[in-house]
Amino acid sequence: MRKKRAFHYFAVGLICVVLLLFSFPFLWMLSASFKTQAQIMGNTGLIFFEPTFRNYVNVFKEHNFLKYIINSFVVAAGATVFSLLLGLPAAYAIARYHMQRLGMVILIARIIPGITFLIPWFILFSMAGMVDTYAALILSHMLVVLPFIVWIMIAYFEALPREIEESGLIDGCTVNRVFLHIVLPISGPGITTSSLLSFIFSWNNFMFSIILAGDRTKTLPIAVFNFLSYSEINWGGLMAAACIITLPVLAISLMTQRYVVSGLSAGAVKG
Amino acid sequence: MPYSWFDRNIKWIYTLPAVLFVVVMMVFPILYTVRISFFEWSMSAASPPVWVGLKNYQELFADSRFWNAVLRTFYFTFAALLLEVVLGVAIAALFFRRFRGKDAAKTVLMLPMVATPVAMGLVWLLIYEPTIGAANRVLKSLGLQPLSWLADKHQVIPSLILVDVWEWTPLIALIVMAGMTTLPEEPYESAEVDGASAWQKFVSITLPLLRPTIIIAAMLRLIDVLKTFDIIYATTQGGPGHASETLNIYGYVLAFSHFKLGMASALLVIFFAVVMAFTVLMIWLRNRLGESS
Repeated sequence: MRKKRAFHYFAVGLICVVLLLFSFPFLWMLSASFKTQAQIMGNTGLIFFEPTFRNYVNVFKEHNFLKYIINSFVVAAGATVFSLLLGLPAAYAIARYHMQRLGMVILIARIIPGITFLIPWFILFSMAGMVDTYAALILSHMLVVLPFIVWIMIAYFEALPREIEESGLIDGCTVNRVFLHIVLPISGPGITTSSLLSFIFSWNNFMFSIILAGDRTKTLPIAVFNFLSYSEINWGGLMAAACIITLPVLAISLMTQRYVVSGLSAGAVKG
Repeated sequence: MPYSWFDRNIKWIYTLPAVLFVVVMMVFPILYTVRISFFEWSMSAASPPVWVGLKNYQELFADSRFWNAVLRTFYFTFAALLLEVVLGVAIAALFFRRFRGKDAAKTVLMLPMVATPVAMGLVWLLIYEPTIGAANRVLKSLGLQPLSWLADKHQVIPSLILVDVWEWTPLIALIVMAGMTTLPEEPYESAEVDGASAWQKFVSITLPLLRPTIIIAAMLRLIDVLKTFDIIYATTQGGPGHASETLNIYGYVLAFSHFKLGMASALLVIFFAVVMAFTVLMIWLRNRLGESS
């Protein structure tokens, strides 16, 4: 028995080490974002140093981050809303009429490498004069977001009790009315979590934005990446920028914890 | 009751917009990419695309940089996948007990995979920085020789694998943990009666029961590791030299740095085929081995 208890404490100690290793980059990022360049170069410790807020001020003043935050927000919100419009009815039909094959077609968008679409998109969006517009970014991000919404919502709609819908159908409602007036109003929690997760996926997207965004529509990941183009890397500013882009994502995932795993595994696993 | 045409066809009307969107945004571009792969074009309006047949593919097959990218993609993918599965299952097993703050601990595990990959790549760039980074400070404090990490062409891929392992091991761990909560109790009770040790129970009961879950988790990761882009491009852009150029990165560089659209498209057609082949293989494997016997 004593041996068992000793093993338990050993395991808990090991868990603490694992957690420290996985959170270390975040701690390092946060700490460096409050350091001057000299402090970073001078190898000050993780916690004990005189903090400065200059990096955060500069990110907004000199690097115009407010604009990039707005751009990221508009693109992520746009991609999410339009994906909901297309995705919710599709997910409902797939769930109710067992159209799994069609569900697979949409899931394939998750499997195919995004870069295979990028050259044609770039050519066509250039021809249409749409590079560096919100429309091009929203359309491309929708291809990332839509499969997630559809797959999370299929599982959600399948789990709804059928009696509610059947009572509506018996009362003479059409399927369309049942969906709009009975199913959607009680699906708030599912729609909220899938929207928040989609928002994260669009917010984090780098590959599509770096090609399709320009000076006017540059999103946060591109703005953060551009810190590298200066001859000497301003580490403090870069880390402050990294904190700013990460913070909303962490906040959202704390709210949607339960669904993050099932969202990331695109419905293959229930989290 | 006579339903209208709209109601009779509701399931097609509901799914059509989404399917149409996916076809227009996905199927059409793929066909277009295949088409461009037979042309030579640098996206200039002055000189239109020139039909060159299979020349782009021939050039690619004669290009050592392409073959290195192929090997590197496989090396990166399988090393990262193996580490992530082994460590992920180990972490899940470690968490398979009652302790205070378990939910909070799971939340911490979730952070690396939701955080913006580009931002995390840049944080690792600072951690790996040879003179001021945390990685070498840790090595020095352990009395070990400092490394060059991302700056050395032999260390860059292992360093990037470590970033991917940090970012994605938690996904496997959390999926396996979710799978563990559904395990039946009876086999454990009878093993208890037979006096099996914790390790024996884990190897001969837990692992076999979890096999379908682990295979699905590995399948999801395999498909995504092959396509790793953000953390590599954000930290090294394929360098030093071409030492961290995977297929994804080389295709990107060919298209958008060198504007060799034809050759890039040929590479992407091959890359697409590779990813699809692995997907089909994994689905086949899951159907063969995934059934919990």
